[in-house]
Amino acid sequence: MRAKGWRELIREDFWPPPFCPGCGHGILMGAIMRAIVQTGLDPSRVALVAGIGCAGWIPTYIACDTLHTPHGRAIPHAAGIALTRPDLRVIVIGGDGDLSSIGGNHLIHAARRDLPLTVLCANNAIYGMTGGQTSPTTPPGERTATAPRGVGERPFDLCALVAGAGAGFVARGTVVRPQALEGLLGKALGHPGFSFVEVLTPCPTQVGRRKGLSPVDHLRTLGERTVPLARWRTLPSEERAARIPVGILRGGDEEGSWT
Amino acid sequence: MDERVLIQGNEAVARGAIHAGCRFFAGYPITPSSEIMHCMARTLPEVGGVFFQAEDEIAALAACVGASWAGFKSMTATSGPGFSLMQEEIGYAVMTETPVVIVDVGRAGPSTGQATKPAQGDYLQARFGSHGDYELVVLSAWSVEEAYRETVRAFNIAEELRCPVVLLLDEAVGHLREDAALVPLPVTERRKGPLGGRYFGPTPEGVAPMPPFGSGARLHVTGSTHDPTGRRMTQDPRVQGELVAWLSEKVLGRREELFRYEAWDVDDAELVLVSWGISARAARAAQLQLRQQGYPVGLFRPITLWPLAPAVLTEVLGDREVLVVEMNRGQLAHELSAMLGPERIRTLTVTDGRVISPGRVAEAALAALEGRG
Ligand code: SF4
Repeated sequence: MRAKGWRELIREDFWPPPFCPGCGHGILMGAIMRAIVQTGLDPSRVALVAGIGCAGWIPTYIACDTLHTPHGRAIPHAAGIALTRPDLRVIVIGGDGDLSSIGGNHLIHAARRDLPLTVLCANNAIYGMTGGQTSPTTPPGERTATAPRGVGERPFDLCALVAGAGAGFVARGTVVRPQALEGLLGKALGHPGFSFVEVLTPCPTQVGRRKGLSPVDHLRTLGERTVPLARWRTLPSEERAARIPVGILRGGDEEGSWT
Repeated sequence: MDERVLIQGNEAVARGAIHAGCRFFAGYPITPSSEIMHCMARTLPEVGGVFFQAEDEIAALAACVGASWAGFKSMTATSGPGFSLMQEEIGYAVMTETPVVIVDVGRAGPSTGQATKPAQGDYLQARFGSHGDYELVVLSAWSVEEAYRETVRAFNIAEELRCPVVLLLDEAVGHLREDAALVPLPVTERRKGPLGGRYFGPTPEGVAPMPPFGSGARLHVTGSTHDPTGRRMTQDPRVQGELVAWLSEKVLGRREELFRYEAWDVDDAELVLVSWGISARAARAAQLQLRQQGYPVGLFRPITLWPLAPAVLTEVLGDREVLVVEMNRGQLAHELSAMLGPERIRTLTVTDGRVISPGRVAEAALAALEGRG
């Protein structure tokens, strides 16, 4: 049975979610609920699978069948569900540490196998829950709890990573533009094979505070750095390097090179 | 199905799994268990099941847990190095009360050790390997036919108790080819309802029903501490205390009915050999030979390796001297010492990657009989 409105998808007896004020995860949670409703999915035929981390809490507050698994392991659990139950739509939700560090091997293999999963990565480029440690997507030079003198390693481009591993649908959005994000999530849910959406989102507690950014400025900065793919392509190369293309990067009309 | 066949131990495990209703297998290649995976890859598609070769053993067991919540009886098979990787997920299966069967075909360790040589060194790991306080069920087999039977029993116990069950074999039983009767055995089906909102223990009715994903229950399954509805309760000492007690007690509370064993000539014995898996075959040969020579020696063979039932052990073994025969440094002996007192426990342990020979068992038994005087 399809839900009439996204509010039906709130798991009221578990409410409210524990996110810090200004965290982007609440916006992503709302976008997921609305995307499920808009695509006409029956919520009792949607399986949400998460690992550990702040983003891993998102499915807990959505009234679908939810598997909240050990750190990094959401994808193989989701594989077990998706392979046995093609009647269910399986969505994996996790953070950058969860999905691309401890769970990185599972991520690339799921993309390679073209498993029928939608993987949403809330990328705030930090370990939020555990106290602000460097993640595989923390930009070079940023100071973190484990890189007090600045990160010296290169970060992953998660979209390029899964595209390289064979993902059929790859998109990037931000919580700064929730409506556009909903659209991307809806398209990902409509893709029959492996789909991946990277969601850029702020962690005001572990990143914003360290940088002296207010939650609003944090969002604004993120908004300024991101540019729709079509416009990004027209930018001069030095400006491209400073901006992040968003939109459907593979699997839609906009398909093409962005790296 | 009611066949006598010449078959390998690992193949018998796969046959038992299919008979028990296993319809999902995920695994990662490893010697000496891979034949189980090969058989499942061939057979599952023919019976409407799904086979998945995972990227590692962590993913293999995780996929089994996912498939179990999707409503499919699931199994994985591995050996020591893979079994080590699975410990994280075994804890998750315990915490989420997920039925799943894990076959560990023991090889000589630690680490890579001797991949093609048998050992029984994973006993304590099977019982203790994941973090935190918990109990699960560990079964064994000393023959190909028993590997078939105990696989079916592993699935039945996993469904009844909603917990992971480990079948602990060794390379020798796994690769042994012998005559086996694959007879139909009773099979426990999953209790999928009613949808009453309480899907986790403790509940007054005992083990809660487990509706599969997609049945409208809107389940919340978490490895975090949770109440019977699945709600995360990570600050509440009462919920934590009751949940941990429940996860252990639902297993220990059934230990007498779970404890399966065989015993020979124990009543008038002055020395009882205690042995399991392939070691027990050597022990049985030695015990028969010693009896023929007039020595008062019996044999006790636990088939259920965990939980042990102290009441049964005390009743059967009385206050007799015990010689534990196993291919490790005394792991079952460690548990028996704790239960029966260390004074009467002697050990014959072999860790050279070879099956213990009956001659060595007989020698050790004679020495124990003499030392007793
Ligand atoms: S620590 Fe960061 S990511 Fe976690 S809830 Fe707080 S703001 Fe959000």
